Amino acid sequence: MLRLQARKVILVLLVLIFGCGLAVPNLFSPETRKAIEQGAPAWIPRFLLPIHAMTLGLDLQGGSHVLLEIDRADLIRSQVTQLRDDVRRILREERVGLQGGIGLTPRGVQLRVPEQADRAKLMPKFRELAQPIGTFGAFGPSGNQSIEVAENPDGLIQLNVTEAGANERIRRAVEQAMEVLRRRVDALGTTEPNIQRQGLDRILVQVPGLQDPQRLKQILGETAKLQFRMVADANAGDVDMLPSQDQGGQPIPISRQVIVEGEDLIDAQPAFDQRTSQPIVNFRFNIRGAQRFGQATTENLGRQLAIVLDNKVISAPVIQSPITGGSGQISGNFTVEQVNNLAILLRAGALPAKMTIVEERTVGPGLGQDSIQAGKMATIIATALVILYMIGNYGLFGFIASIALLVHVCLILGLMSLLGATMTLPGIAGIVLTIGTAVDSNVLIYERMREESHLGRSLVSALEAGFQRAFATIIDSNVTMLIAAVALFTLGSGPVRGFAVVFILGILTTVITAVTLTRMLIALWYRWARPKALPF
Amino acid sequence: MRLLRIVPDNTKFRIVHWRRFAYPFSAAYSLLTLALFLTVGLNFGIDFRGGTLLEMQAKSGKPDIAHVRQTANGFGFGEVEVQEFGNAGDLSMRFALQPGGEVAQQAVVTKARSAFSEAYEFRRVETVGPRVSGELVQAGTLGVVLAIIGVLVYLWFRFEMQLAIGAIVGTMHDIVLTLGFFLITQLEFNLTSIAAILTIVGYSLNETVVVFDRTRELLRRYKTMPIPELLDLSVNSTLSRTAITSTTTILALIALVFFGGTAIEGFALVMLFGVVVCTYSAMFVSTPVLLYLDVRAGRLDQSEDAAEAKARV
Repeated sequence: MLRLQARKVILVLLVLIFGCGLAVPNLFSPETRKAIEQGAPAWIPRFLLPIHAMTLGLDLQGGSHVLLEIDRADLIRSQVTQLRDDVRRILREERVGLQGGIGLTPRGVQLRVPEQADRAKLMPKFRELAQPIGTFGAFGPSGNQSIEVAENPDGLIQLNVTEAGANERIRRAVEQAMEVLRRRVDALGTTEPNIQRQGLDRILVQVPGLQDPQRLKQILGETAKLQFRMVADANAGDVDMLPSQDQGGQPIPISRQVIVEGEDLIDAQPAFDQRTSQPIVNFRFNIRGAQRFGQATTENLGRQLAIVLDNKVISAPVIQSPITGGSGQISGNFTVEQVNNLAILLRAGALPAKMTIVEERTVGPGLGQDSIQAGKMATIIATALVILYMIGNYGLFGFIASIALLVHVCLILGLMSLLGATMTLPGIAGIVLTIGTAVDSNVLIYERMREESHLGRSLVSALEAGFQRAFATIIDSNVTMLIAAVALFTLGSGPVRGFAVVFILGILTTVITAVTLTRMLIALWYRWARPKALPF
Repeated sequence: MRLLRIVPDNTKFRIVHWRRFAYPFSAAYSLLTLALFLTVGLNFGIDFRGGTLLEMQAKSGKPDIAHVRQTANGFGFGEVEVQEFGNAGDLSMRFALQPGGEVAQQAVVTKARSAFSEAYEFRRVETVGPRVSGELVQAGTLGVVLAIIGVLVYLWFRFEMQLAIGAIVGTMHDIVLTLGFFLITQLEFNLTSIAAILTIVGYSLNETVVVFDRTRELLRRYKTMPIPELLDLSVNSTLSRTAITSTTTILALIALVFFGGTAIEGFALVMLFGVVVCTYSAMFVSTPVLLYLDVRAGRLDQSEDAAEAKARV
């Protein structure tokens, strides 16, 4: 047991030095790391380069964590509306009249077609509306349809959005929304935002080091659905009463027909009106948008054109002359900040559905800095206290345990860097805690040595028995800890997960350092000093 | 250099005997916990209760806590808890969950920001809506339950059922006492608290397993030793290790309490309490429980004995 094989010693030392070396890149600035990565020859594997550093959690770096949830009801509503339009189109194409209109239900539409012959014509067309949901199992498509169509003998036909159809729509909407949100956040010019899906219907946006978290939320929360529609006569059909911003929120009648939508915009920029010096947004349409806009403004000279954003009328100017150039401006009683935001929103596009903020956690940069300072301080003091105490108890062996302890801390940091794990404030607390518990393996070994030597064993046999007997205990006690830590990891989120990562890595490294490094150092000591008794 | 000896060699404490003090004490404390749980209740943070938490620091001079309280209460978002904490004059404001779903919570933040952002720097803003807080409660409870089941299964495999039960009784005891600590101090109970409790679960088992490992070894070695004596011996022979490891952990946690900053202070305090409780329960609660479970029954087949004998040669 105490024999030293040179090969083994070198191997262990190399692994430990490499492991600790992994922590070094954290001392470099991100720019230095980037320079190293670019400067290194291509034949060196990337994982060997000192470029992997831990990410600091938002609680240490400062920044915003915003969890958004897509409005399920809103999406289903729009799905149902689309279904109604499809049904209306089919009725027109097949020239079938209805008894009563198309009725809307929470999950679909229903209509009454008394004639059996008409129903026979319609049903296949309706069934074509249903699309298979794209999950292919081992035996072909899963067989789920987006819409289910039911025909009753009394002439009632029901078309309902299925659960699978709704979920599929939500899944696609969330994907689309992530793209839109990414463009919006990028427009704020922040570094390394993190946007990821959470569950079926949520998106997590994490933006580090933000100056103005309120602005982030304003930009994330808006649907930003822009439409150009004509102001209509209140008595005409197909009219929505929408609140008007420039008339103090009073509803005005707006035609349901949309002339051009936000998706036909190719650019939007904040600017100032040259005559009134009011903040405005200048925009340009694509070719299709320009054509439609030109046509509508030519045909409706002298009438009011409403600019509708998220079902609110921003302004409704009178068309003075046809606008055929494909560009225009949006004015309203805006502040500079509002036009800046509006331009970003219009460039990034509209969200496919309403999204609400269900959770927000923002930490200012000052607090993050203070937390890092306090964390460092606590780590240093804890290490010093534990080292003093161990040396006080075990003398030279305490010193050996202290070396193992320092290596253990470096290994945690090194592994976290390699994994690109996130260090959070609870993570720092985890490091401090493992500083206290890491020496446990050494203590178990040393106490066992002491016991065995009291039983009258020779020094060598006591040393060996110490390692051998304590090993089972070390494994058992650490595996139980590990189970608790893994439970924490799987269920925790954000900062708590950071703690769990540190805790898990800490358990692994303490076992490794105790059974390799400590044993080796004690063997070296035994070989050089040729002692007769335990030094404690 | 004369080295420290926290625990003298060959102690002969009658640990098991002391259960007549330990058990009534633990029972009384658990009852107190239950009573407080039903009357006062845990001081749930916004993670579980939903609502808004704001922390701010005066940009210059001391914060005007009376003015902040008066202004915040005038918002019409219900009673606002305003507190001073730390030594740099930080203020925290807590708003209860607002009726009106997810959107209503954001109104609180907007209002508070515009009212105080001139004189104060916002250091932390947290809003948790009703749906998320409900899910966090579920995930937290599930985590603790899963951890306990996982450990029970592991212990059952590695030791045997009796010892596993003893360890789990000890762990439950530690969870209850830690909850009692939350109830008595009215420390905020949030996600970090769940992390603390799970860590305490881990530590508690660690402490118990070290003693039980010895118990198992002694059971194999001394086939006829009376169980109370054998349990006493298990605790006494691991006592020095228990004392030293607890001390290093406590030292590290003290560093965390005093230097780790206000954001982590609650976690560190709970852990500190937990480590003391775990050390106590491993010796005075879980070990004596084994008296009531027939630890010698049907255990240790011959092959295991043989393996042990071989290892000793």
